[in-house]
Amino acid sequence: MSAKTHLPVGQEAIRVKGWVAAHHYLLLRRFSQAFFLGLFLLGPWFGIWWVAGTLAGSRTFDVLPLTDPLVLLQSIATGHLPELTALVGAVIVLAVYALVGGRVYCSWVCPINPVTDAAHWLHDRLGLQKGWQPKRSTRLWVLGTVLLVSALTGTIAWELVNPVTILHRGLIFGMGFAWAVVAAVFLFDLVVSRRGWCSHICPVGAFYGLVGTRSVLRVSAANRAACDDCMDCYAICPENHVISPALKGKPGDTPVILSPDCTNCGRCIDVCAVDVFAFTHRFDQRVRETATPAEDVPKEYAA
Amino acid sequence: MSATSQLKSPGRRRFLTETARVAGGCAVAGTLLAYVARDARALPAEALRPPGALPEKDFLSACIRCGLCVRDCPYDTLKLAELGEDGPATGTPYFTARDVPCEMCDDIPCVAACPTGALDPALKTIDDARMGTAVLVDQENCLNFLGLRCDVCYRVCPVIDEAITLETSHNTRSGKHAIFAPTVHADHCTGCGLCEKSCVLPEAAIKVLPIRLARGSSADHYRMGWEEKERKGAPLVEGIIDLPDRMPAPAGTAPEAAGGFEPAFKLPGGGQ
Repeated sequence: MSAKTHLPVGQEAIRVKGWVAAHHYLLLRRFSQAFFLGLFLLGPWFGIWWVAGTLAGSRTFDVLPLTDPLVLLQSIATGHLPELTALVGAVIVLAVYALVGGRVYCSWVCPINPVTDAAHWLHDRLGLQKGWQPKRSTRLWVLGTVLLVSALTGTIAWELVNPVTILHRGLIFGMGFAWAVVAAVFLFDLVVSRRGWCSHICPVGAFYGLVGTRSVLRVSAANRAACDDCMDCYAICPENHVISPALKGKPGDTPVILSPDCTNCGRCIDVCAVDVFAFTHRFDQRVRETATPAEDVPKEYAA
Repeated sequence: MSATSQLKSPGRRRFLTETARVAGGCAVAGTLLAYVARDARALPAEALRPPGALPEKDFLSACIRCGLCVRDCPYDTLKLAELGEDGPATGTPYFTARDVPCEMCDDIPCVAACPTGALDPALKTIDDARMGTAVLVDQENCLNFLGLRCDVCYRVCPVIDEAITLETSHNTRSGKHAIFAPTVHADHCTGCGLCEKSCVLPEAAIKVLPIRLARGSSADHYRMGWEEKERKGAPLVEGIIDLPDRMPAPAGTAPEAAGGFEPAFKLPGGGQ
């Protein structure tokens, strides 16, 4: 039980599967984040204009419009009816994230994610207290507030403070004091609230969570019978309340993580030494039947 | 009160307390955000919006700050406001006429690029754009007003002889020259800023200002009598008695001559 006897998170997976396999999805995710940022930077840096614009609105290969649906929703809340281009762009984005999981945006695209991940890494290293932990529903309240303020002030309100688009736009068009906003988020996550921004406050994540409520791509604890209760997945997961219903479900319960809060980051798959988790679709109800797990017998004695 | 309601009440109390706490927090955060949003509406006078931009309040409800207008501006006129460094609301497009003015492209690529209509696609002809209005703000330093023939603002104006004309008047300083005053006609000025950019003075004597600062407005009920009369082809009021105007007498004639001007009183001593 003592913290000192417990291996660092993911250590067992590294030993069993090797470092690369134990960081498979993390590496993919960093690659994906760099890839999407790189697409936007190709133009200003190298003059290759495959993609122009920012995450708020872009144009790919001069034909494909993409629009951030939350930004557009705020615009509509102010009473502006956007042109068709922006509406089509938003519908495309909504359709993709409704399919692959709304919060895939958070873990695979959003440029703030590496910032808060870095804050969490340092937080972990320094062994800091988790600090202020507002309820997870807070972000939904923030989302409602943002839309209300937009409607009342007639301004796309969240874009004035949104660290996601401010950082992204800063990298592509010029930083100004955008670094200060990024530093604020980093410090907030480091010293005020562990995983505070992405998992409790950010209304963009809340919005994409709602978009992906019925998403098809999901993580399943199909091999939950093999779970040895090492708790590494709980430690690594930024939204670890999503795990229990699937992992600790009774026989007959779905092994699929259905909570829209799950960001499909895949870190639980990485850090699990016994390969409990895997990506699948939400209708995949298969549960692998291994030798009857020694239920109710603590692992220390069973081993 | 039944036993069940007593059992429920701790949970309900916790729910109400927590809801009140979050709602209160959101009210505070929302108020701050609203304050920031209200503050963001103040556009500095030297920052001009791209052609076809909706009025500032509508613009901020429509512009998603994607930067596509900036990307499609062939002259790199437009910029996105950087957080904390530039005056306009962060991430919104603007230009500074004295740095890079709008070259008034015929195909208006910035408007074509805008996905939301923050730059109004109804703007089809660039001459109809109203990004601001040029104002000759400093007659005391304008070289033309000093009697020279600088004329640069007039020459570079893309709507020359309509948006800017040279109005001649007598140069009282030299007594024998003319002053060619650059004169802006707001009905034709697009606010492109070429005049401000090319003004030869260290600080431009002609500047493009937002229309709200550059112009007054006529009251709705004002009528120009002479225009109304011309439109009707007759005096507006029928049968009005037109009394003879008493004009000053021509030089050399006695003021008492018929039809001449006769003062109502005479100075003591008489004569001039």
